[in-house]
Amino acid sequence: MDANGILQILIFIALIVGLTPILGGFMSRLFSGERVLLTPVLAPVERGLYRLGGIDPAAEQHWSRYALSLLAFNLAGAVLLYSLQRLQGVLPLNPAEMGAVPPDLAFNTAISFITNTNWQSYGGETTMSHLVQMAGLTVQNFVSAATGIAVAVALIRGFARHNARAIGNFYVDLTRAVLYLLLPICMVGAMILVWQGVPQTLLASVDVNTLEGIKQTIAQGPVASQMMIKHLGTNGGGFFNVNASHPFENPTALVNLIHMVSILAIGAGLTNSFGRMVGDTRQGWALFGAMGTLFVLGITVTYWAEAQGNPAMAALGIDPTLAGSLEGKEVRFGIALSSLFAVVTTAASCGAVNAMHDSLMPLAGMVPLINMMLGEIVIGGVGAGFYGIIIFVIHTMFIAGLMVGRTPEYLGKKIEAKEVKLAVMATLIFPVSALGLGAVALLGGSAAIPAGGPHGLSELLYAYVSATANNGSAFAGFGANTVLHNSLLAFAMLLGRFIVIIPALAIAGALAAKKTVPASVGTFPSHGGLFVGLLTSVILVVGGLTFFPVLALGPIVEHLMLAAGILF
Amino acid sequence: MLKELRPALVMVAAMTVLTGLAYPLTVTGLAQIAFPWQAKGSLIESGGQVVGSALIGQSFTGPAYVWGRPSATVATDPADPTKTVSAPYNAASSGGSNLAPSSQALIDGVTQAVATIRAAHPDQTGPVPVDLVTASSSGLDPDISPAAALWQAGRIAQVRHAPVEDVKALMIRHIEGRLLGILGEPRVNVLRLNLALDERWPMK
Repeated sequence: MDANGILQILIFIALIVGLTPILGGFMSRLFSGERVLLTPVLAPVERGLYRLGGIDPAAEQHWSRYALSLLAFNLAGAVLLYSLQRLQGVLPLNPAEMGAVPPDLAFNTAISFITNTNWQSYGGETTMSHLVQMAGLTVQNFVSAATGIAVAVALIRGFARHNARAIGNFYVDLTRAVLYLLLPICMVGAMILVWQGVPQTLLASVDVNTLEGIKQTIAQGPVASQMMIKHLGTNGGGFFNVNASHPFENPTALVNLIHMVSILAIGAGLTNSFGRMVGDTRQGWALFGAMGTLFVLGITVTYWAEAQGNPAMAALGIDPTLAGSLEGKEVRFGIALSSLFAVVTTAASCGAVNAMHDSLMPLAGMVPLINMMLGEIVIGGVGAGFYGIIIFVIHTMFIAGLMVGRTPEYLGKKIEAKEVKLAVMATLIFPVSALGLGAVALLGGSAAIPAGGPHGLSELLYAYVSATANNGSAFAGFGANTVLHNSLLAFAMLLGRFIVIIPALAIAGALAAKKTVPASVGTFPSHGGLFVGLLTSVILVVGGLTFFPVLALGPIVEHLMLAAGILF
Repeated sequence: MLKELRPALVMVAAMTVLTGLAYPLTVTGLAQIAFPWQAKGSLIESGGQVVGSALIGQSFTGPAYVWGRPSATVATDPADPTKTVSAPYNAASSGGSNLAPSSQALIDGVTQAVATIRAAHPDQTGPVPVDLVTASSSGLDPDISPAAALWQAGRIAQVRHAPVEDVKALMIRHIEGRLLGILGEPRVNVLRLNLALDERWPMK
């Protein structure tokens, strides 16, 4: 760990803190239906979309109807994306003449992109046509992100309203998120990326003759437009196999910074929108504080573990001045920015990588794993992180209520048996899917594991945790592209997405219907340090109790054996 | 249920047109006008021929060139399409080694790379820069650290019959610093440096 590395991390944190109230204010105006920056230009487009779809923007929906619209829209998206992949061979914009994607891979990929996971069992440049990358994958990058934002906004309305039946209109929230928030930022951002060297062309590849006279085929394509939304929407699906470590996806330190800020900006901003919409910005900063505490813990451990270097390489006569192991890392990012990116991408449900997580030091690779196991509530995916942490807030308030023997309340809403049950359901689905399906996969599909020893378990575990958490990053040595893993992982992605979204919407509906009770002397204040500390502890205890055993068998034992000089 | 069908289908179609076609095609059009060189892949020409991309590393093994990082990219085996063979700097199929830190294969590979690099640089007695013996994440890393470039100066100077101090000076001029002195890591673009070496001390 050196001073410059720490400075880079602090600058990044400062940028996120600074952007949070700006984006938070913008989003609270946007989703309250107020005029925003581009309203004069885009309002006609917005109205046109509603007219085409037969949508009455003034008609708000009950939570069950909101959930139904969401599911119908996602199902239609999945069918379209599956069909595009199966038919890419006969469709236009296929300069590299890719054949049809096999059924199990197309199914996995369709589920992966509608659930905002972007798990990729394939290498982009060798599998997907430009049409699929643009009209299939990029579209889902936008709308799966907008879906997450919509759920978060609906849940915020649950707290902000009282005695209300409806929580908003799904299609209005979706459309506004895409039109006014995601698209404008992406247009500007993509142009900056191209300026920095990210290609944007419809050609498949160029052939060059290298200085040593070898033919090199350089794959490219419409990369910049996909890069911007894949980070802003915390999707993470790369244009190229190696994702944001590819020099075309991430050529410079400036692009790397834009990528990382994009990943956390909207998720962080939503905590602030929440505060504004419930009429007390301190509430938003309290959630941000709990998230920030966990983030700082995570980056500290990762950067420290990476900076130690690999003890097995210590005796080989390698220069220690470039601290750490650069296996699976790029020179332009080095240890500090590779560590930071790994923590950022798993804090959010992004899953883009700028270094190969499989080759991270055991404890450094464990932090991304823990970030995902905690449910990605450290800022979290766009929308998903917010409703994820609210689930934990409900647990926290329930436990606090038990301690003093009082019905728990949060922001004037009584938290009763129904909400607690729904929150427990959303929390329990995670270990059921990640550990349960992971165990099934271990029985039937261990051939996909390349590494020996405890790291092999980590590779499989990472895949199932990543799918359930809708992250999409991988210990990429894991050979997931088999019928068994493609199917099980797709199932895990569906469970991890919709068995959290539906309870979250049900909670929103239940809360909106309640009356607001005024705070009294017996109310546990939810904007102070005590609340932040309690929330952070509940998150760590729930995650720890669930996952410590499997972490002990994977990265922790690998760390100890590596320190003892045992290799596999 | 049927009432849900129309908005779902229409909105999926509309979003596909808007975000899947209009957005990327607009960016493509604007990019081709504003930054045509970058949009087409930052291609470098030398002597009227395209010799590579400034952003994509290429394999250098000859004694007259500065070497880049080991690359773990593979290609389909021409003899057996179900298998892959090592193909360093295959820019049509990026990839890292994905070897675990506790992998015997990783440590064996690094040990081998250290031995090779030492044998090629008998003038160097100090430790080997770590980026010269570990594979990059993309397999296409265009850069090496300044230390890794300077480490090779003696060999280049000897092969090109150039004063070693001049070779080092050229290398130092090719160091790209951190953004604003803070962000990223100092680095040297291997292809650009080798082009400069060819220009200054031609081999033919």
